[in-house]
Amino acid sequence: MKAFRILTAGLAGLMIAASAHAAGGAAHPHEPEGGWPFEGVTGQFDQASLQRGYQVYQEVCSSCHSMKLLSYRNLGDPGGPFYDPEYPNPNDNPFVKAIAAQNEILSPTPNETGDYDFRPATPADKFRSPYPNDNAARAANGGAVPPDLSVIFKARHDGASYVYSLLSGYPDEEAFSERVVSEATDDAPAETQTIIDVSKLHFGHGDEAEHYEGYLVQNVGQYYNPYMPGDTIPQFEGDPRHAPPGGFLAMPPQLLPGRVEYTDGTEATVEQMAYDVAQFLAWAGEPKQTNRKSLGLAVMVYLGILAILLWFSYKRIWRNVEH
Amino acid sequence: MSGHESSYTPTNAFTKWLDARLPLVRFAQDTAINFPTPKNLNYWYTFGGILAVCLVIQIVTGIILSMHYEASVDGAFASVERIMRDVPYGWLLRYIHANGASMFFLAVYIHMFRGLYYGSYKAPREVLWILGCVIYLLMMATAFLGYMLPWGQMSYHGANVITSLFGAIPLIGESLQTWILGGPSIGNQTLQRFFSLHYLLPFMIAGAVILHVWALHVPGNNNPTGVEVQDVAKDTVPFHPYYTVKDAFAIVIFLIMFAVFVFYAPNVLGHADNYIEANPLVTPAHIVPEWYLLPFYAILRAITFDLGPIPAKLLGVIFMFAAIAVLFLLPWLDTSKVKSMRYRPVAKQFFFGFVAVCLLLGWCGAANPDDAVIPALQGDPKLVVSYTADGQEATSEYKGGGEAYVDAKRFMESLPADANPSLSAVPAPTFLFRHFSLILTFCYFGFFVLLFFLGLTEKPKDLPESIHKSVLKRHKASASAVAAE
Repeated sequence: MKAFRILTAGLAGLMIAASAHAAGGAAHPHEPEGGWPFEGVTGQFDQASLQRGYQVYQEVCSSCHSMKLLSYRNLGDPGGPFYDPEYPNPNDNPFVKAIAAQNEILSPTPNETGDYDFRPATPADKFRSPYPNDNAARAANGGAVPPDLSVIFKARHDGASYVYSLLSGYPDEEAFSERVVSEATDDAPAETQTIIDVSKLHFGHGDEAEHYEGYLVQNVGQYYNPYMPGDTIPQFEGDPRHAPPGGFLAMPPQLLPGRVEYTDGTEATVEQMAYDVAQFLAWAGEPKQTNRKSLGLAVMVYLGILAILLWFSYKRIWRNVEH
Repeated sequence: MSGHESSYTPTNAFTKWLDARLPLVRFAQDTAINFPTPKNLNYWYTFGGILAVCLVIQIVTGIILSMHYEASVDGAFASVERIMRDVPYGWLLRYIHANGASMFFLAVYIHMFRGLYYGSYKAPREVLWILGCVIYLLMMATAFLGYMLPWGQMSYHGANVITSLFGAIPLIGESLQTWILGGPSIGNQTLQRFFSLHYLLPFMIAGAVILHVWALHVPGNNNPTGVEVQDVAKDTVPFHPYYTVKDAFAIVIFLIMFAVFVFYAPNVLGHADNYIEANPLVTPAHIVPEWYLLPFYAILRAITFDLGPIPAKLLGVIFMFAAIAVLFLLPWLDTSKVKSMRYRPVAKQFFFGFVAVCLLLGWCGAANPDDAVIPALQGDPKLVVSYTADGQEATSEYKGGGEAYVDAKRFMESLPADANPSLSAVPAPTFLFRHFSLILTFCYFGFFVLLFFLGLTEKPKDLPESIHKSVLKRHKASASAVAAE
């Protein structure tokens, strides 16, 4: 009987765990060495990293990806990348004002003559979107709309590690080669394909490391990434039972070494940029998460004391009753 | 409202005056203060109070959230995020409300299994049980409607799956579905009516809860022995302060667990895809409902065969609704006169089996039906070369490890140029979640059939004479055990 109850309790746990399943077919995202500073009960964002992350977003990502749910003022909110205790109202923060003013936006409200004109953004404005609408975004990106990054942290399982792994997880240069499909003729130039030697992929970690044999054919405008959920079998030349994990996405590798020049002098390695921008997106996805955890601690202490008091009240009230 | 004699005596002129006109104080005194309650109720009986707290939490947070929510396909997703970002403590309200739904269901499931174990559905409490089932049904409807409101990918596609179930009903199905959606497909009008109904149903739940409490107070509480109260003085204690304090302690323990989810894992019970704004053109790879509906989802998907003129889809819908409907019939399905499973040694074993079946159904509901239940037992997939030979489709299979691939490759190269070969991996046949769900579905219904026959044949243990005696006996047993040590 006891065993049955333990089994039942175990099954309950299993069910809860199973309901939060991971996306299939992609390599497990891994966190950077040393983990994320904002995780854990007392975790906090690393403000310097958030600032660098914003720089990466602004200089690299924002040319294709919108962040429609954020306003420039959010950057100066407590806990945000450019929070300054001297300016509790982020709309007064001169740094935030300057950042906003660097972006020219189409004013969402009409001017005094009723026209909508372009003007530098103010802290109250939403982040500038690179495209006026989804159709424009689709047309400019080979049919794929670059997802909005406002809540990408929450929209992917293990969001920060996913962003970090994806951005730093494209195959190394050495895995790529070109293959001639048809020789050049008088009418047409030679047709070539990009192929990836999957035996040269490195993304396994410890037990997960597995060796793959074969080639992945990369179509034009498609880029292989082991952390992208998808299916590699149709593009795989090799044993389909051992196709590598991952999928193809329309975004080429973006964070090449030195792609940004950090204002604080940090060396812009691929991992560093991926780390910073992933942390920035984790903050942007849920700016109040550190407040949440610190309030949680106070709530736990309160409920804990209340529970103890109630336990002794219970014991006292029931002391003369056989039950 | 209560079955016991009123013990209230108005003390001053005002209360005497009021008592002759509206006996409100008498009512409160009789139902919530002096109500005689069996003194042997254990912690499983605290979930009624916990559920009342859950309902109040959901209504209060829900009303405030609705002040900030925008029920439109263009604004819903952004307004939910605005609540999280710009409304003071909006994140707290929303996480309490979202996790509160899960906590509500967790508590209701424990409450229902408790009722099942101690036979709380048997005479004279059949109406009490049925009202509870009505509340449960309303809760499921409310939760489903509410899950639509954030307008994420799972909201949209989940609602699509569930509303299409109504389309499976013969003759009227399609019209019914259109009527529910307010159009041929889910749109702004659907979101608005779902919001409206999501606001309405909790008050219907509250109404049903009042009836539920009324129906509880007429026969009084059941108790772990299943023996009815014989002597109020010996068997019961007044509800206040004895059970108010015990319930309060249990509620706070429950709230601690609740708070762990709200503050440290607010999204763990949800699905990441619901933070992607709804897009009718992109279907998520794996549509799953919230965890508390998974067992029914598993039953729905377990039926993959037609039965005579009934197509599989309709049959699945019938089984899913039957899984809930059977609960309404439980008071008459269980033929045993003994209430508590403490004294039903055989039924008790099957009860724990039933709990396991429900949990396993939940596991199946979360899994992909075509996945192996135990992947370790699944053999290697085989390689299949499909090609055309003389205008006919043909296949050739290869089994084994790496050499099978070499053979298949060699065979493909040996084919003529117009054969157009392609290579694919076919998983080895194994025990799939689909099969497991079907077995579990039959176990689920089998339990209720079994209760019917078990009641006729099972020999129960001796029942205690009274609640009072059972308590004394237990204490004597533990006292002598202590003495023996």
